[in-house]
Amino acid sequence: MTSLAGTVALTRLALRLDRVRLPLWVVVIGILPAATAANYRKLYPTAADLAAITGVVDSPSLVAMGGPLFRVSLGGLTAWKVGATTFILAGLMSVLTLIRHTRTEEESGRLELVGSTVVGRHAALTAGLLTVALADAGTMLVTVLGLLKAGMPAPGSLALGLAIGLSGMAFAAIAAVCAQLTTAARTATGITSATLGGAYLLRALGDTGPTWLSWVSPIGWAIRIRAYAGEQWWVAGLFAGLVAALLTAAYVLRARRDVGAGLIPERPAAPAAGPELAGPLGLAWRQHRGSLLGWVIGVALAAAAMGGAVRGISSATNISQQMLDVLARMGGRKALVDQFLAAVVGIAGLTVTAYTVQATLRLRAEESAGHVEPLLATRVSRIRWALSHLTFSVGGTALLLAVFGAVTGAVYGLQVHDPVGQALRITGASLAQLPAAWVLTGIGVALFGLSPRLATLTWAALITCVLLVEFGVFLGLSDWAVDLSPFAHVPKLPGADFTVTPLAWLTGVAALLGIAGLTRFRRRDIG
Amino acid sequence: MTGADAVTVTGLVKTFGTTRALDGLDLSVRTGEVHGFLGPNGAGKTTTLRVLLGLMNADGGTARLLGGDPWREATTLHRRLAYVPGDVTLWPGLSGGEIIDLLGRLRGGLNARRRAELLERFDLDPRKKARTYSKGNRQKVALVAALASDVELLLLDEPTSGLDPLMEDVFRQVIREELNRGDRTVLLSSHILAEVEALCDRVTIIRDGRAVETGTLAELRHLTRTSIRAELDRPADGLATLPGVHDLQVHGDRVSFAVDTAALAAALTCLTEAGVRNLVSRPPTLEELFLRHYVADRSAA
Repeated sequence: MTSLAGTVALTRLALRLDRVRLPLWVVVIGILPAATAANYRKLYPTAADLAAITGVVDSPSLVAMGGPLFRVSLGGLTAWKVGATTFILAGLMSVLTLIRHTRTEEESGRLELVGSTVVGRHAALTAGLLTVALADAGTMLVTVLGLLKAGMPAPGSLALGLAIGLSGMAFAAIAAVCAQLTTAARTATGITSATLGGAYLLRALGDTGPTWLSWVSPIGWAIRIRAYAGEQWWVAGLFAGLVAALLTAAYVLRARRDVGAGLIPERPAAPAAGPELAGPLGLAWRQHRGSLLGWVIGVALAAAAMGGAVRGISSATNISQQMLDVLARMGGRKALVDQFLAAVVGIAGLTVTAYTVQATLRLRAEESAGHVEPLLATRVSRIRWALSHLTFSVGGTALLLAVFGAVTGAVYGLQVHDPVGQALRITGASLAQLPAAWVLTGIGVALFGLSPRLATLTWAALITCVLLVEFGVFLGLSDWAVDLSPFAHVPKLPGADFTVTPLAWLTGVAALLGIAGLTRFRRRDIG
Repeated sequence: MTGADAVTVTGLVKTFGTTRALDGLDLSVRTGEVHGFLGPNGAGKTTTLRVLLGLMNADGGTARLLGGDPWREATTLHRRLAYVPGDVTLWPGLSGGEIIDLLGRLRGGLNARRRAELLERFDLDPRKKARTYSKGNRQKVALVAALASDVELLLLDEPTSGLDPLMEDVFRQVIREELNRGDRTVLLSSHILAEVEALCDRVTIIRDGRAVETGTLAELRHLTRTSIRAELDRPADGLATLPGVHDLQVHGDRVSFAVDTAALAAALTCLTEAGVRNLVSRPPTLEELFLRHYVADRSAA
């Protein structure tokens, strides 16, 4: 197999380059299930304790978030709680890793240098896939060992670990195909991440509506491996089939194209700049518009799906008496809708913040690519250049949250004959997330100014926020730890009382971080 | 004339960790001249240009650019200069034409006729996305953008790397034309000696972050030797003992040797006395000058 020559060497190179990043991913994802199981054991020591919360867990809003609860048991509850989150994280880890070692290397031209040595045509793709497979296998291993250590039954532990590992591989295979289609790594990552979001969404729709929708989503499959709830091992076969088909496609596409080329051909571009390309802001618009447009479309689709799902929740019949009692005290079925909407808006806030971080880190990406030097050698000042990109981090995030709120509210409002009123109400709720997202902009700018090499840690900050908000209270972390996440301070709108104080504080913190970063950026060396 | 210097650098120091990239560099570029900035890779040429552009803050010494402080007055000074980086990276999604216009506008305007003329002369297709350009074509984009701007000072960092010989020639012609306008100053960093020799009025040679030689080419040549080959009627007896004559080789009636500039007159007298039938004298090339410095310095170190 000469086309695979050099694969081992390239795999070792990839592992060397990722020697900090990948173990971090593996440990964070792998420990989550065991920690959750251990905590449930503490919270609900008896079967009766467990049974008591079933009604709450079965509420449609929580089903939309995490899928159905298949069995009331320690394991069943654990799998339900961590399932969707770990599947998505494993998918994300796999997508980012695969694209980084395939298309990014190719786009940078490094693969050309490597390709001139004794390295086969398929070596880079294979090495990328091997690296991802090792990471996914590692995640699975840490998961299974952790769960066994926490005293969980072996078959279920194996099934949950398998579901996490297979989710990772499924999205790696999708990424492998996307990496062949476009010449830009950024686009390939964007398309695959959109697929990941779409898969989660399909599952959410399927779990609260027509079940078949869950069966076209790999995340739906992973949930239906049914760890600790009568394992359906054959679902692993679905994954195997999908991965095999996608990888075949990826290798066939790879064999048919040149190094550096995509399948979508380059068209002749404009011979001269239009009037809009006259300053840093015009340039930033050219660089951000594709990603922003993709996000607007994705967010609008997700919002439409969520808005559509609300009605199913308010008319749900499978609500336990206990839940109804709770609801009556909270304000009846309307409270149930608001609770669902608040949860959805919370998730949207965290998700859209991924765009915020990505847009903020464009600053560093531009600097390390050497694009800043020629710009700053003109009359553009450093601050003006930085603000051109931050316009998108700050304003783009606002746009996305507004789109999410407006579409969710309008789609839900159409069903209750109040589209405008609901659109305004949910837009307000959605925009309340904005100051928290801006704190991440602030963190990104501060790192960029003070220690540019550590700017990527902004992603770690976002993932920490997600884990703190989704699992912090539950894992028994003290309040101050959870409060480290800016999202913990956002009022749970709609439903909760609107308070402006925390939002003002968050905006202030974001501004301070931003000013600190920009002040330092003005005085440091470029490059 | 010092008051009108476009660039004045004295005792410039820049350290990265424990490395001293610039170690007391002196450099002065007179207004209206093409100044060659020579040195091997890693000598500190690019670091100097970055300090001059205000992209880096020096740790010691002073730098003045067009009468201003390059760090504090960066943006106002940048209206009056254009820069071509040594390693040109372009925004992959923009076309060459778009980038030329963008950079031109950011500098405060672009001469459209000049732009069209330069595209033609450099044979550059502005319709292609930057990600499809070769290294040479990326270099052309940066060159056209810089040369079509109406600025006083051009800072060029190894501007012809990646260009083919034909394009190098176009580059030389264009720079010569610039010079004839009389109001443009060019600081040309390079390690291509023929290019510097063809274009530059004065030269500064740097090594390990320090200027080791500076002056006009004539002045620099003065410091070195002329090679001479001659056919003689009779053996030139005094030649071997003449101070300042080196590497003397005699093959029958033919002699060849190198002679210090100070001893040139005496050597010629000696040859004339022996009856010159044919004489070829070659001034020292910049290359010899350059090599002498580096080889000598390296063996000393």
